[in-house]
Amino acid sequence: MTIDPALLQIVFSGLGTGSIYALIAVGFNIIFKSTGALNFAQGDWVMMGGLLAALAFHRGDVPVWLACLVATLAVALAGWLSERIVIRPLRQRVALTITLVSVGLSLVSKSLVMLTLGKNPQGFPGLSGDRMIPVLGATVNLQTLWILALTLVLMLATHLFFGHTRLGTAMRAAAANPEAAALVGISNRRIVTVSFILAAGVGGVAGAIITPMTLMSYDSGAMLGFKGFSAAMLGGLGNLYGAAVGGLLLGLLEALVGGYLTSQFKDAAAFFLLLVILVLRPQGLMGRAEITKV
Amino acid sequence: MTPLTTPARPAASHGDGGVRALALAWAILLAWPWLAPNDYLLSLGSSFFINLLLIASLNLLVGYAGQVSMAQAAFFGLGAYASGILTAQHGWSPWLGTAAAMVICPLAAVIVGLPTLRLRGHYLAMATVGLNVILSVFFVGLVGLTGGPNGLIGIPSFSLGGMDLGEPSKFYLLAWLVTGAVMLGLLFLTRSRAGRALRAIAASDIGAECMGIAVFRHKIAVFALCAAIAGLAGALYGHQNNFVSPDTFSFFTSVLLLVMVAIGGFGRYWGPFFGALIYTALPELMRAWHDTELLLFGAAMIVVVGFLPGGLAGGLARLRSVGRSR
Repeated sequence: MTIDPALLQIVFSGLGTGSIYALIAVGFNIIFKSTGALNFAQGDWVMMGGLLAALAFHRGDVPVWLACLVATLAVALAGWLSERIVIRPLRQRVALTITLVSVGLSLVSKSLVMLTLGKNPQGFPGLSGDRMIPVLGATVNLQTLWILALTLVLMLATHLFFGHTRLGTAMRAAAANPEAAALVGISNRRIVTVSFILAAGVGGVAGAIITPMTLMSYDSGAMLGFKGFSAAMLGGLGNLYGAAVGGLLLGLLEALVGGYLTSQFKDAAAFFLLLVILVLRPQGLMGRAEITKV
Repeated sequence: MTPLTTPARPAASHGDGGVRALALAWAILLAWPWLAPNDYLLSLGSSFFINLLLIASLNLLVGYAGQVSMAQAAFFGLGAYASGILTAQHGWSPWLGTAAAMVICPLAAVIVGLPTLRLRGHYLAMATVGLNVILSVFFVGLVGLTGGPNGLIGIPSFSLGGMDLGEPSKFYLLAWLVTGAVMLGLLFLTRSRAGRALRAIAASDIGAECMGIAVFRHKIAVFALCAAIAGLAGALYGHQNNFVSPDTFSFFTSVLLLVMVAIGGFGRYWGPFFGALIYTALPELMRAWHDTELLLFGAAMIVVVGFLPGGLAGGLARLRSVGRSR
């Protein structure tokens, strides 16, 4: 069997961006699970990851992997600070308030980055330089393979964390029933703090590894966040495996429609699929129906 | 599961104070065409009315009935494009086009609402996100119909018996009249049996159902009404500017409108007045301010939305009651 190299090329690029969407979606889901809120700052954390990695690489004169690591930790720190300064003191910690406050948080993060790091798009070389390698007749940027591998590792780590560690299980318990979890000694506040750190960290990694492919500037966050959010809804909001499926599907679909049909309706196709799924399966592809009729 | 919104406050009864206050406010607003130093500021006054329609109707849906919609800008745009296309390309009268917008928008709302409002929780919020994005893409993509990214041009102004209502002072009066009627209607609605039913649904849908309120029908009706008012606002906007472009109706506009409802105060009748005032002044401020000020705006938004329960209207009401108790 032979595979059309052009198709393969498109599939690789779709899987690459799809992995990034999946990671952003995981970040969305973690905060959605712990607070019920849609976090509009998620995309800005991705943007911060990319720009901080570029800063560390160009100014700090460190290898690329170290720059990415430093950026990820810095963004996780930003997530922690956001939770401590803005979310924790809220008087009404209901989902809608947190959602709307996160719009303000997004504006603040974006303008802080703009004021400190400037408005120019930034980039840096990939984890193994900017090399292209042939795979089954298609030419693939090595960074795409890095993205795929790292996403796989991170997804596995997330799976192990939520399935097999004490803290991860506690987080799932708090998401399922905060009152009951509190009765057995799980502090909901601490869970929310951890979820912000994790979500920001995942966003930071996603930003750091996509920047060599696309460049990053202070206003890239909104679109990235939006795509990640769509991926999360596609897979089922709050479902970690759904995030992976939704992200990859969204990335692939975008690449295929953009490559074969029309790049103008690229976004429309992805969101049309989203709407169809929301109508047919409001819980998303992988979401379990938690539907109550009223 | 976590409640999406805070439970609504019980309806306050202040006799006819609300009607009198509204009449007073509208009498004062009537003076603007004579006070405004130039046509530009005058037309900003008309924009204030259009924004008030958008934010007040969203407040009815989110603040009173507790249903979160993230597609207010989509209905705004659908109304603007519907009336714009019918008048600019098919020769309809702007009045008929506006009426059509007020039919098309609630229809779209019912189509989206039927599968999602039956369910509890985030489904309406999520489906409306999808709706807004899809409509935005269509506004840009259907070039033959909408003019694409360049926008739709040649939308005629309103006219009445040969009089051109496109002139800023005349359009102001039209927007003043229409918005006044809608605001009066909303005031009566929130105090009626249906308005109390909406608050009951927001507080507890099961409780409301037990008291004999047809929850699903009320939710659909309020969503359709909200969309119809947004469609009206859209048609007014299109015929005011004689031009519409797709970026006005993006998902981010929907989110900002929701933020403006929060800044004014969810479920507060006077809240949208503050929200609309800020929302109208915002682009002007953004143009004058630049980098640092975006930071200040974001921070102010966090403070008002997160730390001033009841928004600006609630804060003002508290100040007044403190003043009275002294």
